[in-house]
Amino acid sequence: MNGSIDRFRHLRASLRLWGETFQALSRSPGAVIGGVLFVAIIATSLSFPLFYPKDPLAQDLLMRLTPPFWQEGGSLAYPLGTDNLGRDILVRILYGSRISLLVGFCAVLFAGISGVVLGLISGYYGGRTDNIIMRLADVFMAYPFMLLTISIIAVLGNSIFNLILVLGLSDWVTYARTIRGGVLSIKKKEFVLASKSVGTPHRVILMRHIFPNVLSPILVLGTVRVANIIIWESGLSFLGMGVPPPMPTWGRMLAEGRVYIADAWWLVTLPGLAIMLTILSINLLGDGLRDAMDPRLRNILK
Amino acid sequence: MGRYILKRLWHTVYVTVGISIISFFFIHLSGDPVMLMLPPDATHAEVEKLRQELGFNDPLPLQYWRFASRAVKGDLGISLYHRVPALNLVLEMLPASLELAGAAMLIALLVSIPLGIISAVKRGSLWDVTSMLGALLGLSMPHFWLGIMLILVFSVKLGWLPTSGRGTLAHLIMPSLALGLSLMAMFARLTRSVILEVLCQDYVRTARAKGLVERLVIGKHALKNAMIPLVTVAGMQFGFLIGGTVIIETVFAWPGVGRLVVQAIFSRDYPLVQASVLVLSVLFVLINFLTDLIYLYLDPQISFLEAK
Repeated sequence: MNGSIDRFRHLRASLRLWGETFQALSRSPGAVIGGVLFVAIIATSLSFPLFYPKDPLAQDLLMRLTPPFWQEGGSLAYPLGTDNLGRDILVRILYGSRISLLVGFCAVLFAGISGVVLGLISGYYGGRTDNIIMRLADVFMAYPFMLLTISIIAVLGNSIFNLILVLGLSDWVTYARTIRGGVLSIKKKEFVLASKSVGTPHRVILMRHIFPNVLSPILVLGTVRVANIIIWESGLSFLGMGVPPPMPTWGRMLAEGRVYIADAWWLVTLPGLAIMLTILSINLLGDGLRDAMDPRLRNILK
Repeated sequence: MGRYILKRLWHTVYVTVGISIISFFFIHLSGDPVMLMLPPDATHAEVEKLRQELGFNDPLPLQYWRFASRAVKGDLGISLYHRVPALNLVLEMLPASLELAGAAMLIALLVSIPLGIISAVKRGSLWDVTSMLGALLGLSMPHFWLGIMLILVFSVKLGWLPTSGRGTLAHLIMPSLALGLSLMAMFARLTRSVILEVLCQDYVRTARAKGLVERLVIGKHALKNAMIPLVTVAGMQFGFLIGGTVIIETVFAWPGVGRLVVQAIFSRDYPLVQASVLVLSVLFVLINFLTDLIYLYLDPQISFLEAK
């Protein structure tokens, strides 16, 4: 009985913390800018075919290497110019955003879920299970991320599914370690012990009592990780190990444009700007979230 | 202290074994090497015979054991494409990669630490705001794109620097800058926040109270304590640098292991991929071990806490 009241108090406290977090977030100009920008990017990425219904693969050979509209020789028919095959850069960037965001979110979700499950098990059960999982984590940590991903892609072949799998697989460790730390500090709390003493199954204790209380750092981590994954995805794509053609991706647009660097600056500049803008918005949001969720820092900065 | 070193050494050993197991399974998954060795019209019986001879029909643990005992002796197989021992190729290319990664790390540390300290000391000033904004932009740029932009500006437009290759200092400038900028940004942010935290500590107040000049307070008391998280992150980021060289070496046609791996992947030269990955990962593990030793120097407490 006492345990459930205690747990209630904990949940209420964590809800209040969420409210405070949101308030702190809305007071930070960086976080607001980042948040608005990020939402705008997602909204555009989802809805652009409604107001810019073009085919990203359609070639217009007469108009190839057309510069953006503001430059001499540019045309409003191709606002951001065309590539070496006369394909519209703007619509290709827009389609590229879908790949990047999809891979970013799915890989983080995959890594997050596996990391959280392993971290919960590791921290809660302790002992040999913990030892095995954490030694495995050490090995994964020591394997340089990029090398791990490219060597797996080299074997499995590149498809969007493999990409998500590989990027997710390479990234579970940070989540697992963070969660494990949280679990270790909370599993000795009275409400957990009380629940255990009345015979609640471990699974229920884990999911209902422990998990909600260790969630918040994972959200900050996940946000920042989306940015990292998007950068890695574009890098793999640049190397020719990303989502296979003809799907336009930011990384491949840069790789293809590099050949024309002397004549067509927009081919190598604009897709990179799209990546940077996306990453910047996520980083701003992530910074804001971190500051808002860290009460200690919140007090120092007041 | 001895116990601490032993513990870290044990960590290094099992991580290396773990990495070799992952590498082994990776090469195993990559398909049947027998098929690559025989002509395409080989009969089933011939394939079976070679498999038996080379031991591919043996149980996996036995095969791993053979692989590991050869690897320890420095035999990582023959590159299918270049027809020379894979390890020799990797070691030949390694100095170029180390040069690049080292230069990137050096640039990053040299710029970021002073930048972060000044930002922390002058918190809220115009300097602080602009450099932290710059750091945020630096963090948000994929390094290969930064590399392309540098080529666009300094090679294509201005014609100041060579676009590719290795040799002179001029060749090193753009690749190392492209590789190091995001690290620089990360270190600058880290230095700033660590110094800010340290400046609130009691011993700093004490140092100030006893009338120490501010320069000494920062240099002697704040900086040494701030170094611990910096060293941790710098050590860990070496893995990032090693991965980063893969792309940057491709952008700048830098003759290092990173470019070797990419080429090996595209020519399906799996022994070479495996050798490169193994060498780079072991290098990374060794660097982490070194990082652990530097801790000892920076924070003698660690050995007591860890040994418990």
